[in-house]
This record gives sequence, C-alpha cells and structure tokens, in this order.
Amino acid sequence: MKRSANLRLALRYLGALVLTVFFLFPIYWLFMISFKTADEIYAFPPVWWPETMQWDNYIVLFRDGDATTVLNSFIVAGASTVLAMFLGTICAYSIARFRTGGDNLANWILSQRMVPPVAVVFPIFLLYVWFGIVDTYLGLILLYTAFNLPYVIWMMRGYILDIPLALEESALVDGCSRWQVIWKVVFPMCRAGLFATAIFTFVFAWNDFIFALVLTRTEITTYTVQVTHYFGGQSNFWSKISAMSVLGTVPVFIVVGFMQRYLVRGISLGAVKG
Amino acid sequence: MSDLKITKLDKYYGTNHVVKGIDLEIPAGEFTILVGQSGCGKSTLLRTIAGLETADGGSIEIGGERVNDLPPRDRDIAMVFQNYALYPYMKVRDNIAFGLRARRTPKAEIGPKVQRAAKMLAIEHLLDRYPRQLSGGQLQRVAIGRAVVRNARLYLFDEPLSNLDAQLRDEMRGEIKRLHQELGKTMIYVTHDQIEAMTMADRIVLLREGRIEQQGAPLELYERPATKYVAGFLGSPSMNFIPCTLSVAEDYGTVMLPDGVTLSLPPSRVAALAPFRDRSLLLGIRPEHLSRATGEHRRGLAEIEVITDLVQPTGSRTYATFRLGGVEAVAELQSHDVSQPGERLKLFADMNRAVLIDAATERVVGNG
Repeated sequence: MKRSANLRLALRYLGALVLTVFFLFPIYWLFMISFKTADEIYAFPPVWWPETMQWDNYIVLFRDGDATTVLNSFIVAGASTVLAMFLGTICAYSIARFRTGGDNLANWILSQRMVPPVAVVFPIFLLYVWFGIVDTYLGLILLYTAFNLPYVIWMMRGYILDIPLALEESALVDGCSRWQVIWKVVFPMCRAGLFATAIFTFVFAWNDFIFALVLTRTEITTYTVQVTHYFGGQSNFWSKISAMSVLGTVPVFIVVGFMQRYLVRGISLGAVKG
Repeated sequence: MSDLKITKLDKYYGTNHVVKGIDLEIPAGEFTILVGQSGCGKSTLLRTIAGLETADGGSIEIGGERVNDLPPRDRDIAMVFQNYALYPYMKVRDNIAFGLRARRTPKAEIGPKVQRAAKMLAIEHLLDRYPRQLSGGQLQRVAIGRAVVRNARLYLFDEPLSNLDAQLRDEMRGEIKRLHQELGKTMIYVTHDQIEAMTMADRIVLLREGRIEQQGAPLELYERPATKYVAGFLGSPSMNFIPCTLSVAEDYGTVMLPDGVTLSLPPSRVAALAPFRDRSLLLGIRPEHLSRATGEHRRGLAEIEVITDLVQPTGSRTYATFRLGGVEAVAELQSHDVSQPGERLKLFADMNRAVLIDAATERVVGNG
C-alpha cells in the first residue's frame, strides 16, 4: 500500500521533471548561446556550457546603444498597459453597470480585436505620417492602447459583473461617489483579474513586431525590431541576436514575477463565503 | 415631525409598473416594516428611498427635504443588505469604519465609534478577522454594525435575516428590535416574513402589487384586517375562508355554510352586517378562534361538528385539519384535544372574532 503510494509519487515527480526540462530547455539554450563564441555556437557536437562566458556579447550591445531599445519597449508597453487598463476598466464598468450600449456593444468592441494587425498597419502608417507621430513614443503608446482596449474591456467587464452589486450599493449609501466606488470597491474586488489582464496587455505590446517595424525608424526602435537588424545578407550575428533576446526576455520575467504575487494574493482574497 | 414622507411615488421597470402611487408617512423614531409577497414592490420601494433606484413620479422627503434628485450618499441613510455586502478584502474593523472614512470622519473619532458599535452587537472579539472567517450570524451582526456606527437619520433593512437559519433568525429579530429601542432611530425594514413583521414592527405596511393594502400597528392589522388579502397574509396557519351567506331577521343573524351548517352571530354585530344579507360572502375565522367545545356555552360561540382529516401536533399546540362548508379548514387546539385523524370533534367558533368578507370585492364588511 505504502510502496505503491511512494512509487506513484516518484512517477509524478519524474513526469514533472521531464516537462520542466522540456519547457526550460529553449530558454537555457538561448541564454547559453548569448555567452558563446561564434565557434562554440556552430560547434558539433553542441557545446552545452561555454568555456568562458562571453560578456562581450552584452557589453557591445550597451556600448553601441542597442540595449536602449529594450528601454523603448518598456516605456511603450508599460505606458500603453497603464493607459489601456485605466480606460478599459472604467469603460467596462460603464458597460457592466449602466448597460451602456445595450446588449451588443461589448460584442462589437471585442470584434475590433479580431482585425489582423497586418490589415490595418499601412492605413495607420499613412495616418501617422499625416499626424507626424511616426517614430514617436506617443504614436506607439496610442496604438497599443487602442489595440489592447477591446481585450481589456471584455475581460474587465466579466470580472466586474462577478462583483456582487450590493457591495457597490452599500458603498454608495455609506458615502462614496461613483469614482470612489470604483477605486475602493471595484479595483480591490477584481484585483486578480486586473493583474492578469494587465500581464496579457503588457506582453502583447512587448512582443509586438509588425506595428513597431512599420511605425518606428531610428528614434524609438523596440527590441523586437532591433533583433532583426542582426540578420545580415551574408551572415547572422547569432551571439548578438541571442544576447538581445535575453535582454528582451528578462524584463517580462520580472514583470510577470512581480505581478504574480498580487495575482495569487488577489485570488485568495477573493474567496468569499457565499 | 415625520422623518420620511412619500407622496404619490411611482416606479417602473421598463413597462412594468412596480410601485403604484404610494403615499406613506413615517414618524421619527418609528420601526416600520414593509411586508408583502415577493414582487409586491417592497424592496423596490426601499431602494427608491435609498436612492439606489430613481423615482419615476412623486416625491420622497427625508427630514423635510426633497431628496428625489440626491445621490444615496447625500440622503443621510444607512442600509443593511440581504447578503451582508461586506468587503472581503477588509477586516471587520475596516468594514465597520468604511462609512465613517468615506464621510471623512476625523480619525480620532473613528476608533471609539467602531468600538462602541462592536460592543453593542457583541462582536468586539471579531474586529481583526476577515469576513470569510465569520459565520452567517456574525456576518449579519457586522453588517448591522456598519450601519449603526453611522449616525444616520434613517436606517433601512432589506430582508437582512432571510439568509440565516431559523434559530439565528429568532435571535437576531430580538436583537434588532432591542437595537431600535436603544438607538431610538427611524427604521424601515423590508421582509416577506409575516412573523418578522408581527414581532418587530411598531407599524406594518402591507404591500400588494405595488400598492399599500393596509397599514397600522401589528395587532390592529391582525385583528381588524381590511381585506381578505391582509387577513390571509398575517397569521400562521392562515385564516380559514369559508363561503357563506348571511340571513338577518330583526336583531338575530346567522351565517349559513354551503353544507347546511349554520352559525349564529353575536347580536352586537348584526346591525352592521345587515346591509350585506343575501350577498355572496366569505366567513373568515382564524384557527385559534376555533376551540374544543366544552360544557359552558358563552355568548358569541357557535358550535360546529367536524371530522378531522389530519392532525399535526407542534408540542405547544395541535393543528387539526377538517372539511367545513366544502373547503379545508384548520383549528388550532390544545395539545391533547385531538389525537388522530377520523376523530369526530365538537368545536366552538368564536363569532366575535370572525370576519365576513364580500366575495366580490374581497373587502371585510361590517367591521366597526
């Protein structure tokens, strides 16, 4: 009896280990390439651990200023996330609580998200040329905000509908204005949902390539666009590509890791006795 | 001076007319209970008073000021909700203090006020817990605490006890009534439970389909109902309604049931009832006004004989069900008055307390 229980546990751990290795391997490989010399990168059989860590691969990115593209990505993704979350949540509140737009507005808003980016990117480019906001923070922030809004509205509407109406009514009677109700009741009640939605919004903007490619030139190039600059006609700078990719991956890890704390806390706090 | 004055209040949900021109005045310090079946508009009326719904017509005045266009927070009210409406992410202490903070009460005053309210409701030991750590009864106490901590003009309760089990409900009923006596505040309480209404209210306002059917002190409604609806709504088991006709000769009147049973009326009631002779009427008699016939025959008691179909002892009383005048009727008897179904029983019907109802209008006739 006990033996079979132990065996089952061992198998479970083994399964978990295999899965972990499977999913972590590409990340490991990415990190390793970024520290290798060109010879080690092409070596066969593959080099699992570089002889000496090639920090130069990174230093050159900072020296040439290429690393600032990560900062650009961060500014653009961060600002658009904050903006989209704020506007999207109050819009979702209005749709959820005041039935703004009747039954179908929420569906219509979601349908906007179904437009393939590549279908609208050139019209937007022409528009941006007209407004003179190509290759500006403002341009990209506005674009990502607009593109993420439908998603935020749709998600937050669901979370807000889950909040018992009496909680808000009680706050209204107790002396809150609508804005205070949103701030003191709605935000804390759907905190887990807020953070989950914010993560997806952030990651979308962070990973975007096509808008950034068309709408930036030299001033605010994002890291996704920067990576492609290392693919040359004759040769590819694999060490630069991987080092840049690592720089682009780490902030997302940090952001998600930071928000996950709130995510888990939010979920446990949401446990209301029915 | 009345704390609340409602004039010709109308409320629609879409095309559904929920509150139909209600007039209501509630004196300061009174405990008023709005009672009625679900869908009668009682909760809507309360929510309109609170400002959570907007009135479609008429006016609401609180403390002499018209509040129709004021948001809930400017109406000087506190409200207890059916589902407690406590914030799960705040400790009990902060839940109670929420309204004080929202109204920018000086910090130094908040602590003592919360303490006092907690003491009043015996929840001092729960102040540092989260709502999810409390039982239903405790949650309701906290919800009440959050209302009483504020010095509001009007306290509104929206079916606050309906989520509690029977025993807790009994306990909290007494507690809320005591709270009212201590605070002396004007309270309006909504319930569908006629026992809550009878036991707690200074005044009952009985609503039906968006209108006030009758209002008055609990016993006044119980003993002198104006309509069949009121007579049937209050009291458990509810009043028996038996079709009958009335015949009057001089100062002698009798009520005749379809099965031929006749019951004589007390002479004092005959004159008032005389105009309704030969009309199709209902005899309304409460189960407790049917008692086991014993030797002495007092004035106004009419004797009937029935065969019990069903016997339900509750311990303190026993309910006997039987057919009378072609319909089912219930008598509330002493515990050992009847022991098994099929038993032949002689009962006295107290015709002093019985009411006669016009079957067409459903209004009680000849009363006072």
